[in-house]
Amino acid sequence: MKMIKTDKLTYEYIRRDDDGNVEGITTAVDNVSLDVDAGEFIAILGHNGSGKSTLAKHINAILNPTHGTVWVDGKDTSDEANLWDIRQTAGMVFQNPDNQIIGQVVEEDVGFGPENIGIPTRQIWERVEESLRAVGMYEYRKYSPNKLSGGQKQRVSIAGVLAMHPKCIVLDEPTAMLDPNGRKEVIRAVRALNDVEKITVVLITHYMEETIHADRVFVMDRGKIAMEGAPREVFSQVDKLKELRLDVPQVTLLAYELQKRGLQLPNGILTVQELTQELSRILAERERK
Amino acid sequence: MLRDITLGQFYPTESCIHRLDPRVKLGGTMLYIISLFCFKNAAGYLLAALFLALVVRLSKVPFRFMVKGMKSILFLLLITVGFNLFLTPGTPLVSLWKLQITREGIILAATMAVRLSLLIIGSSVMTLTTTPNHLTDGMEKMLRPLKIFRLPVHEVAMMMSIALRFIPILLEETDRIMKAQIARGADFESGNLFKRAKAMVPLLVPLFISAFRRANDLAMAMEARCYRGGEGRTKMKPLLYTRADYLAYGVLVFYMVFSITAGRNTFYVLPWK
Repeated sequence: MKMIKTDKLTYEYIRRDDDGNVEGITTAVDNVSLDVDAGEFIAILGHNGSGKSTLAKHINAILNPTHGTVWVDGKDTSDEANLWDIRQTAGMVFQNPDNQIIGQVVEEDVGFGPENIGIPTRQIWERVEESLRAVGMYEYRKYSPNKLSGGQKQRVSIAGVLAMHPKCIVLDEPTAMLDPNGRKEVIRAVRALNDVEKITVVLITHYMEETIHADRVFVMDRGKIAMEGAPREVFSQVDKLKELRLDVPQVTLLAYELQKRGLQLPNGILTVQELTQELSRILAERERK
Repeated sequence: MLRDITLGQFYPTESCIHRLDPRVKLGGTMLYIISLFCFKNAAGYLLAALFLALVVRLSKVPFRFMVKGMKSILFLLLITVGFNLFLTPGTPLVSLWKLQITREGIILAATMAVRLSLLIIGSSVMTLTTTPNHLTDGMEKMLRPLKIFRLPVHEVAMMMSIALRFIPILLEETDRIMKAQIARGADFESGNLFKRAKAMVPLLVPLFISAFRRANDLAMAMEARCYRGGEGRTKMKPLLYTRADYLAYGVLVFYMVFSITAGRNTFYVLPWK
């Protein structure tokens, strides 16, 4: 069974003027069909206003499609009866770490989700401990969230979702408000969840560097899926990505420019390591000649 | 730094009073205040003061913290004393221009001063030894019976704890906006009261907008984590009475019976009654 499946999903924002008359309709998500398998790590890329966040909110049933259908773990999200099941199955982490932490102490915040779904007290404590350990924040359990860094706060948010034992986590630009170190911290935690706990991850971001470890990448533009494929396939199409106003990772860009100047490099180089390897290979070949 | 401020006036230390269930402390404070209004003679107040001194001693909170709370109501206290002193009819003792101090006035003013001071110190013992979080929890549980009158007890408690969580964040934000406006030439410090109040407008507008935005985000995040009101919710840290709590209730009942019988007994009645 597919973890997430959308069929011709369309979502329209209706803008109204002060009297409530319809001023205009913006189609944020336009006819999107995609499948995500259980255990997969997918990334959705796109510049601001491409509809990626709107798409994400459908997976957690915060928004309901205007047209089309979304299934999470086989359940239709527009069916009211499935609402809480779906929110438990697909947890969501948002952009602003301050605005999603409810508790005044780290451990209380992580316990908030399990409290809501009626888990007995003793098991809440077990879940809180296990989730905080999974994101490496157990030592901070007694801290006030106000005293943590942005990356730490986001890890607490992830633990808060984890404590509800979801099958899938949707992260809506979790690193947009963080510094580079915080970003690394969060992405590392997310990858560990996917590798170790086998949780399906949907990472929404506009930093391409964060998506290179994904199994598949979707690039969204004006509500539609513009590109799709393994990171290497997607990133090798540098011109098209530039057209979609996305910044290609610097290494990939450098490799691409070198390639254009006639160096024999493979397509879609993603890491510094790969590039150095390739370059030293080329140098060694030249010396032999 | 603004983010380091402590909320409420909780004084963190380990004591048997700190460890008591917040419901005991809330109920106890309430009973104590009621008892203060039942006394008819000085013996009652003496007992109340002794009892309070004992509790303060047990709480290990330095006495000067208690007095700190008094400072804020000193003005109110002086007015009350003043009115009682000058405006109580009875046997005149001293006459100053149109005002006269009567015997009854002195006694009434003294009673009032003692009563108010005990009341303030008594309630600060509660706020000094209980974290705001615990207080909300206790209130939620104590007020739960009011649900039958359709009072949204859980919701109010949730709002209070969220407000407590966001106070430091909003303070920090205020600070940031203020700096931004000062950098653009705003002046928050000079001018008369009216001018200064007007200068606050460019501070308040962005602050309100951001607060609403945060509220919106938070509501979404809470719903995403399956929050749906108090129904069917379990507690991570449920309030459970321990033996110490029952003992405290016992002590309270004993105090109430003892002090009120003593305080209302006409046998000890002081000269003015």
